[in-house]
Amino acid sequence: MHADSQHWRDPAWSGRLTLFLVSLLILLPTGYFAEFNPLVLLDKNSLRTSGHFLATFLPPAHSSEFLRLAAAAAWKTVAIATVGIFFALLIAVPLAIIANQALSISKIGRDRLCTLCQSFRYAIRWLLIALRSIPELVWALLFVRAVGLGDTAGVMAIALTYGGMLGKVFIEIFESSEPEATRALLRNGAGRMQAFFYGTLPACLPELVSYTVYRWECAIRASVIMGFVGAGGLGQQMELSMRMLAGAEVFTFLAIFVILVWIADLISRELRRILD
Amino acid sequence: MTVSLENVTVRLGRGSDARVAIDCMTLDFESGEQVAIIGPSGAGKTTLLHTLACAHEPASGTLLIDGLNPWTMNDADRHRQRGRAFLAPQAPPLPPRQRVITAVLAGRLPQQSTWQALRSLVYPLDAAAARDALAAFKLEDKLTLRCDRLSGGERQRVGLARMLLSNAPLILLDEPVSALDPVLGAAALETAQIAARQGNATLVVSLHDVNLARHRFQRLIGVREGRVQFDLRSELVTDELLAGLYGAELTLAVSELTLPDVDNPAPKMTRCF
Repeated sequence: MHADSQHWRDPAWSGRLTLFLVSLLILLPTGYFAEFNPLVLLDKNSLRTSGHFLATFLPPAHSSEFLRLAAAAAWKTVAIATVGIFFALLIAVPLAIIANQALSISKIGRDRLCTLCQSFRYAIRWLLIALRSIPELVWALLFVRAVGLGDTAGVMAIALTYGGMLGKVFIEIFESSEPEATRALLRNGAGRMQAFFYGTLPACLPELVSYTVYRWECAIRASVIMGFVGAGGLGQQMELSMRMLAGAEVFTFLAIFVILVWIADLISRELRRILD
Repeated sequence: MTVSLENVTVRLGRGSDARVAIDCMTLDFESGEQVAIIGPSGAGKTTLLHTLACAHEPASGTLLIDGLNPWTMNDADRHRQRGRAFLAPQAPPLPPRQRVITAVLAGRLPQQSTWQALRSLVYPLDAAAARDALAAFKLEDKLTLRCDRLSGGERQRVGLARMLLSNAPLILLDEPVSALDPVLGAAALETAQIAARQGNATLVVSLHDVNLARHRFQRLIGVREGRVQFDLRSELVTDELLAGLYGAELTLAVSELTLPDVDNPAPKMTRCF
């Protein structure tokens, strides 16, 4: 055994090597097809342009007039995201409750589920897939056609896409939570909604809340992006600043993004602490 | 509420995992009767209680509750029947963050509308009833505590307090005192029995503690391997019968027998601590 120890080879080594080579084999062609070439960043022209732009970043714009404008824009962005998430919850929560198999009454004591209920649950999953497969930007462009430029398009776009995302994840949170409390209530004759509110929800609430707050944070970013195509808020202002190559203003806006995300993080942590 | 089983067989699991948990049982429970079910671990006591609670569909045979077969009813009627039975699992699965008062008031759910249930979450509808129920099991000081702060024995008694609020005419208790010390266990069982008698409810209790069962119940049903081994008035249950029930290798004097609780581990908490 001791004599062999120098010749010992880790049996996991060949697997590790293969995995590395396979990832390389997959990555290189995709990089090629994505036409990704980091060298363009080092091109003289682009270096000069980005250098000039970056040089204007400092000092960040901080005139009180500009800060007031930026604050109003930030508030609008947050408002769009918040209202959007509210409507997304109105879509996601009921659909996730209906699709939750653990709340099935016909299933108690039997292995089989009624085919009609089962296909209804599948239909809801497909509806959620459809909602979230269309990016919020595309929804926004569609709604800009329908309701015109403005915040309504942004709110509706967030509501639909995020409704789909929240619904999907809520279903998964419900399904992965400890089901016994809910089942025990159902066995004792509680109704579906009663079992949900007295059994499922108390077990899942912190996770639901922290995921929703995280999605709210994403919705803030999304509402910025939608600002570029016509919804109001930070995105709109930032696009103007970018177009005018006002680096100082762009830098201030970027700082505001960081602050908003930091606030979202604080809120999430605080809510989890309260719920626990 | 009268309950009867007629040649009932219950299978658990599916496909190759399926096993017979209840094997052709025939039993009758009179209205207001109090019965203890004893037998070794894995004998089918829990499955039997679940079957009485309409939580397992018999593979064959007939379950009749007040003369009606719940498994020929539609889903809604059968579920209404479930609301008239109260089943307390051995380790009540209480959501860790739920307060004790909410967990106890959940016993009222089958009698409440969804709206009332929601209102009671906003502000407890009948806190006094919850406190009285807890006081009956010496837990009144735990009213606003979170369920994950309770010990195993306290959780078990919260499950029993929930029973007092259910007003169910059929009460099924699965090892209700397994986590309690003998004195507290006997007292808790007595409280449950008095409540059942007052509500004229049929009470079926599974017990590991043979002495307690003999002492507190007039009728004992011995179950082994899914079958009824005996169904007798408790004074007719001899030590030989008990030795046969728990297996021939048993050398312990059965009158001192209190089997350890092995088939029901602590509730599994995989997440949400």
